Amino acid sequence: MIELKNITKVYHVGEIDLPVLKGISLRIEDGEFVSLTGASGSGKSTLMNILGCLDHPSGGEYWIDGKNVAGLNADQRARLRNQRIGFVFQNFNLLPRTSALENVMMPAYYNHPPRSTAEIRKRALELIEMVGLTERMHHSPAQLSGGQQQRVAIARSLVNNPGILLADEPTGNLDSTTSVEVMNMFRDLNRKQGLTVIIVTHDRKTAAFTDRAINMCDGLILDGVSDELSATLSK
Amino acid sequence: MKFNTLFLTCLSGLVRNPMRAALTVLGIVIGIAAVVAIMEIGEGSKKQVADKFSSMGANVVNIFGASVSTAGVSSGMGGRASLYAEDATAIMRECGDVVAAASPYVRASGQIIVGNRNWTPNSIKGGNEHYLSIEGWQIASGRAFTKKQVEEAARVCLIGNTIAQNLYEGKDPIGQDIRIKDVVFTVIGVLDTKGADGMGNDQDDTLILPWTSTRTRLAGGGGAAIISKGGAANSSASVSSTSTFSTSAVNFYPGSDLQPYSNAPHPLRTRTVDSLLVQVKDGIDPNKAMDAMTPVLRRQHQLEPGVLDDFEMRDRSQFKKMMTETTDTISSLLVAVAMISLVVGGVGIMNIMMVSVTERTREIGLRMAVGARPRDIMWQFLLEAVLLCLCGGLIGIACGRIASMFVSSKMGWPTATSAGAMVLSVSVAAAIGIIFGWYPAWKASKLDPIEALHHE
Repeated sequence: MIELKNITKVYHVGEIDLPVLKGISLRIEDGEFVSLTGASGSGKSTLMNILGCLDHPSGGEYWIDGKNVAGLNADQRARLRNQRIGFVFQNFNLLPRTSALENVMMPAYYNHPPRSTAEIRKRALELIEMVGLTERMHHSPAQLSGGQQQRVAIARSLVNNPGILLADEPTGNLDSTTSVEVMNMFRDLNRKQGLTVIIVTHDRKTAAFTDRAINMCDGLILDGVSDELSATLSK
Repeated sequence: MKFNTLFLTCLSGLVRNPMRAALTVLGIVIGIAAVVAIMEIGEGSKKQVADKFSSMGANVVNIFGASVSTAGVSSGMGGRASLYAEDATAIMRECGDVVAAASPYVRASGQIIVGNRNWTPNSIKGGNEHYLSIEGWQIASGRAFTKKQVEEAARVCLIGNTIAQNLYEGKDPIGQDIRIKDVVFTVIGVLDTKGADGMGNDQDDTLILPWTSTRTRLAGGGGAAIISKGGAANSSASVSSTSTFSTSAVNFYPGSDLQPYSNAPHPLRTRTVDSLLVQVKDGIDPNKAMDAMTPVLRRQHQLEPGVLDDFEMRDRSQFKKMMTETTDTISSLLVAVAMISLVVGGVGIMNIMMVSVTERTREIGLRMAVGARPRDIMWQFLLEAVLLCLCGGLIGIACGRIASMFVSSKMGWPTATSAGAMVLSVSVAAAIGIIFGWYPAWKASKLDPIEALHHE
């Protein structure tokens, strides 16, 4: 379960303090399929970075599975990301000139305690099969289409068995047909494997696939938070 | 991250961009190749110097009579005629653990006459059967004189190449007779060419005889019959005709009428020899050998404790040591220059690693996002730089070896493989990788994952 309590984030640009998040309170239960929407500048990217433990908030509390992660240092956050969170990006971010299989295996190299390469390879092969790219697993990203690249990226995000999948505009670089395929894949992962999936998007069609849309504007949540929670937290 | 996965990650990182990797290591390759080639050539010239010196008689200790002074006039070294042929025998007998061979040494001078030709050699030397090996002479043709010929003061001689050229002009001199100071000697061998010595003197302009022949037939002295007190034995070239052609054994050790132990200077040279040459065994410190020989000589000369030595020893290898040190200095200077090119190569590595970090910012961001800690990133880039440098080092060693082989085959320079050069260059290469790879790696590890992920 993810729980945010009055999260703030202030950027210091020169002498000026620039508040980006102005007190976000939010709860996402295990196994939810959520989208985070909002216009650019609404703070959704910043919120996603905090949710993904890439950044630390200026204030407030962030609980993952009953553990406050707001005060973790860089190394601890790296370990948390490695174990608990899978990332999917808009531009896929695959390693160039590296095979699909190697790309999928890569995050597992940073496991602690380390896993054996054979074990990692076995897991990666399963995932590649799941995303239907077994025949293309030795191809480099340049030899794959956008949809295939994103499927490799999804396989990569799952190699460490994370509980949470965080996708930043996963369909932003894909055509509509492929977008549907990718979104169906996310839905399957959510439904069949019980993963918590959070999708950051500004596209309404993409958001429509999810069960709940959290809408942001000017660093605050407009709607999508369950009424009961917002009532307790806004006090 | 486990080391072997880290290693493979780095390796695939390098293989992904082979051109960049090749250009990066080029500087290191050139630097290491220069170091290896220079060290091998330096090693070779050091060996050449050592060989040159062994041709001049390496590891040889010269023993002279001490100087003597009378009425304020000093004779200089060797002035006291205190050394005997028996001294050489005693040294060989008693210092066998440090001494390989010992020979008496007698000088003479004179003109050689063959038919209607004549020649005055640079030196006429006398020694025993060990003399040739002590001085590093080889026989080119014919044979050396034997112990028996030394004992008999046989009228045999070995001639150097220069003499053979001038007197025989390509004809075979072996078995021919030559005359020196009206004494007839038979040429039994020609010495192998040695070339000039360290001072530029032609070493091949030499005639070598048994020391007994030199002493009794040429340098004065001779049989007891012709010795007279105060006789100009040392300068006399006139030798009685009976002794000239005498084939019977000569009495080399006449009585004690010359009192060689007395303090008075006596330039007479009869039983005495000019000096002794002692070859120290390989690997034995000449000083140790000299310490071993001193008591033997003192006892031979019946010197009471407290009496000063009546001989002096000079270690010839000091000159060799000096020359070796000179070549050492020059080659280490050259290596220092080559090291500078290694540093330049290291700067090249740093340069490319900086570019690489910038170019791979998104990769770094991604690795951080999926769980790489800053130190994992740092290790990756550091190991990459070290790997690059080590590869460069190995290629450089190969290039350096090829260069030194080329130099030795095409230009005839002496080279010798130097294990030290290889160990040094590999460790220097690794050190360069660490030193110049550290800053880019540190910079990579300090990147912010969010910014790095969105870097274009």
